[in-house]
Amino acid sequence: MRLVGLYLALFVFWLLMSGHYEALILGFGIVSCAAAVYIARRKDIVDDETLSWYLKPKLPFYWLWLLGQILKANVDVAKRCVLPGSRIDPCVFLAPADQETSVGVVTYANSITLTPGTVSMQTWDHEIRVHALTRDGARDVLGDEMGARICRVEGEQ
Amino acid sequence: MALAVDIASWACLVAGALLCFAGGVGMIRFPDVYARSHAAGVIDTGGALFILLGLALQAGFALVTVKLGLIGLLLFFTSPTATHALVKGALAGGLNPLCHQLTADETAALADEASP
Repeated sequence: MRLVGLYLALFVFWLLMSGHYEALILGFGIVSCAAAVYIARRKDIVDDETLSWYLKPKLPFYWLWLLGQILKANVDVAKRCVLPGSRIDPCVFLAPADQETSVGVVTYANSITLTPGTVSMQTWDHEIRVHALTRDGARDVLGDEMGARICRVEGEQ
Repeated sequence: MALAVDIASWACLVAGALLCFAGGVGMIRFPDVYARSHAAGVIDTGGALFILLGLALQAGFALVTVKLGLIGLLLFFTSPTATHALVKGALAGGLNPLCHQLTADETAALADEASP
């Protein structure tokens, strides 16, 4: 069942990438997607971790929120890059990561890195070492709004 | 209509170019690898996003736009992973960040300030 889903997803992706609809080329696509699914099955890399996370309905809303945060942080860091006399005050700290699954913690760490001004340096099961460009950036991470939102996405079925 | 799309597209392209420029300046001005990775973050989030958006507006409703979207999606998954690998590598190589390491108390104090 999962393999069928993977095959369909790969084939749609292939169609979008190629933009050719002749019988011969389509045939190549069908065969190559089948080969990819066969290899994935032999390597045993199709497990529920890969699929279920991306089917969570709240995830797109989290992405939109994250996009807003990224834009805000971009303006701030870009200003600190170019404006003369602007100050940076970097610091390193340990932030708690309360997500239950490893995919959740990775999503949190990636979101921290995607937001300019904060970078995740090391991750453990329930803790992330973060480097922040400013104290305000550190305060935003420690306020844990982002982490709580990921927990909410993670929590749904 | 075409004019409005062109204006929006150019505004996005110029915004993206400015962010890339700012990131480049930051990568030179900031003191160490860790701080510089923040400047690089401006380039591969804001800069890439606005340039892809500008190009998508130029392409209109076409297959190219779908491809641009997929490039954006790929960037937003791979660039934080690459940044994390780089920074973790620097840390594992023994390079200490040029900054203050917050103690547990200071971290707790900041967390208190953050949550009202």
